[in-house]
Amino acid sequence: MVADLLLNAIVSGIMLGGFYAAVSVGLAISFGMLDIGNLAHPAFVILGSFCVYVLNQHWGIDPILGAVLMTPFFFALGAALYEVYHFSFERRGEEGLRGLAFFFGILFITEVALILGFGVDYRFVQAPYIDVTWHIGDVDLAWRTLLPCLVALAMIGALQLFMSKTYIGRAILAVAQDSLALRLMSINPARVKLIAFALSIATASIAGALLIVIQPVEPSIGRDYIGRVFAIVVLGGMGSFPGMLAAALLLGVAESLTSTFYGPSWAPAVSFGILLLTLAFRPAGILGRT
Amino acid sequence: MRNRTFWLVTALVVIAVFAASRLVTNDYFFFAAYVVLQYVVLATAWNILGGYTGYINFGTAGFFAIGAYATVVLHQLWGPPIPLLILVGGILSGLVGLGMGVLTLRLKGVFFAIGTLALAIVVQTFVTNWDYVGGSRGVYVIRPAAAPFFGAYIHYLFFVMLVLAGLSVAIARSIEHSTLGFGLAAVRDDEQAAEAAGVPTLKLKLVATTLSGALMGMAGAPLPYYVTYLDPSSGFNLAYAVNAIAMPLVGGMTSWIGPLIGAIFLGVIQQAATVTISSSLNLLLVGAVLVFFVVAAPNGLIGLTFRRRGKAPATPGAAT
Amino acid sequence: MTEALLEVRGLGKRFGGFVALEDIALDVHRGERVGLIGPNGSGKSTLVNCLSGIQRHDAGSVRFDGRAFDGLPAYQRTRLGLARSFQLPKPFRSLTVVQNLHVPLLFTAKHRGGAMLSTAEIDARCEELLAMVSLQDKANARPRDLTQIEMRKLELARAMAAAPKLLIADEAMAGLSHSEVDDILALLVKLNQSGVTVILIEHIMRAVMSFSQRLVCLVAGKKIADGAPQDVVRNPDVERAYLGE
Repeated sequence: MVADLLLNAIVSGIMLGGFYAAVSVGLAISFGMLDIGNLAHPAFVILGSFCVYVLNQHWGIDPILGAVLMTPFFFALGAALYEVYHFSFERRGEEGLRGLAFFFGILFITEVALILGFGVDYRFVQAPYIDVTWHIGDVDLAWRTLLPCLVALAMIGALQLFMSKTYIGRAILAVAQDSLALRLMSINPARVKLIAFALSIATASIAGALLIVIQPVEPSIGRDYIGRVFAIVVLGGMGSFPGMLAAALLLGVAESLTSTFYGPSWAPAVSFGILLLTLAFRPAGILGRT
Repeated sequence: MRNRTFWLVTALVVIAVFAASRLVTNDYFFFAAYVVLQYVVLATAWNILGGYTGYINFGTAGFFAIGAYATVVLHQLWGPPIPLLILVGGILSGLVGLGMGVLTLRLKGVFFAIGTLALAIVVQTFVTNWDYVGGSRGVYVIRPAAAPFFGAYIHYLFFVMLVLAGLSVAIARSIEHSTLGFGLAAVRDDEQAAEAAGVPTLKLKLVATTLSGALMGMAGAPLPYYVTYLDPSSGFNLAYAVNAIAMPLVGGMTSWIGPLIGAIFLGVIQQAATVTISSSLNLLLVGAVLVFFVVAAPNGLIGLTFRRRGKAPATPGAAT
Repeated sequence: MTEALLEVRGLGKRFGGFVALEDIALDVHRGERVGLIGPNGSGKSTLVNCLSGIQRHDAGSVRFDGRAFDGLPAYQRTRLGLARSFQLPKPFRSLTVVQNLHVPLLFTAKHRGGAMLSTAEIDARCEELLAMVSLQDKANARPRDLTQIEMRKLELARAMAAAPKLLIADEAMAGLSHSEVDDILALLVKLNQSGVTVILIEHIMRAVMSFSQRLVCLVAGKKIADGAPQDVVRNPDVERAYLGE
């Protein structure tokens, strides 16, 4: 019996981890590669959830399809946000802490705006696959967690290809390492960062859809994710996608095991605790970044 | 003005304000004023680490709630008087601040900031799972009906918070004009250069973190008696974190006056807004003000006034 | 032979897979004027960082004034008499010029035997230092109002405020005009004459040649030459490092 429980906890942990990776990939770009401490990233994920909820509620649009439709808007939103950030902070060289305070304010405003707009009730979406569960041996695979995990992996895979194969993608990787060299190649680093940051917010749209498929959403859930995503990005070695994925899976399994054997109310302590320990002992992450 | 004089003046101001308050008949004033004074303490405490040292703390709620929940525990055990509760809250929060500093202060400011957020949530999770203090259901604390000499208990709470506010402001100013404050300014301006100049940066940062945390814990200690019902979602409310940052930012981060002005300004606005509009809209306002000031007026209100007069903002400096 | 003021043995430093310094041995004696040269990326700045304590070395040992320095944090090394100036000036921007000097004066003075300096002593010392670098009339200015060379001078004055036994001047003259270079050079010579041992890290060869009693050359993290300046510059390895194969 316990073996059953354990196996299921691990499997759902892996699927949860895949989803966490989707939420974190945006931050892996903005914080890991661009050094922009975007504390508000989870708020955009929640915003994505609510957008998808509205599309689903009023027009019956499938959540994941809805997210894809919203992606251009989120991209534009990210671009606009970066412009403000760049103009106010990066230009003046004060990005570090004032930038953090800025995003913290944005996080807060977004959450409160959603409360004002939608109230504090939990919202959920309806889709044909949400209640389907496959049973393979002793393992239960619920579509509501399996599908987001698969979509997440697909999205991350696509981004990885984009980063390594396309001109812009490689420019983004380059700006992460050496923006001076980029400038010497007459590529404007600010433009590249703009695209990268906008991309990171665009991923939030998709992550939001995945979230609301997995569980009902209310505005303040974003806060639980701040620790998780930062833990995953730091543990994963900042800009590295493979590292981030590994960290996300690790965290997902750890939380799932904690939830199963100690209760779900302890789950936040797992991710934030891991974050603290990572910061204390290995800020370069598990795969190490020199 | 010498430090000793400032402490004396502060004490006189506290007494004067208290004396004036005896003339107020509407009890609601005391409830509102308590909150504003509480924010004076939180904003001033935050600024010791944020404005003077340059390290941003997002976990104000955690330190604040440690003080509040320490009171809950002690209240259920034997119910000591408030001054003792404040002392205990301060010591516990101070120790937590020290511990967190040891874990994260060797890293860049960004990682420290994220660490503070993590700490607040870890503490919140522990409290939520601790049935002795009510867990997620919360706990009721009976507020005594009256206090000797003060009359209604809320008058006593008001006085306590007034004293704490005066204390925190006086401490902040003392730091500003001390060698410690000078060292912190050097750390804030350029940590590597400070270290190369013989400043024990880690030690000073730990002092700042401990002191800041302790003051926040002291501000939280009387809270259970003020609200009479305490649960984790209100005790750890993000509003504390946002306000603790917004108030020094709005008022000005380089001197003790900034958090005081910011706390009074934003605190009064919020009290008025909560009554007239909704409390959510009021929070939206704070967030918007924070973003606006961070972007447009990073030196806060005192920065704006001094710039207009052509004078540089006051800097913490050793008395020479 | 008395112990050298600074004794470095087998010093090594890596960043992940990259070896920045390997097996560096160096002796600097009291009162010496040592020049340190090497192409960009040869490890000079890393060496300074490891000596001053901003970075921890991975291998080897550093002894200063008869005392082991390994593991000591940077601020303690400064208090014990080893000071450095930064290649890109790092002034305390919210403080005035004279306040910039107050910082090391307040934080190092009492650690070299004696009580905290009195206000009068601090003021006197600041005047001395400012006069030495000709910044007296800029005492109450902010760093942002200073010119490049004035900031370099402030940088040096701040390092000197710690009353060091050994000063490492890290490329203090980069980008300055001919006469400005002479100014800084004269300043460093004066410092040395007052008893301060100086290690000068520089690319400007005429300055290094005229200043140094001894020249050390680093290439790709290793020391390849150490001796009289005329000999070192004629060393074929040194020539190759600068002019290429």
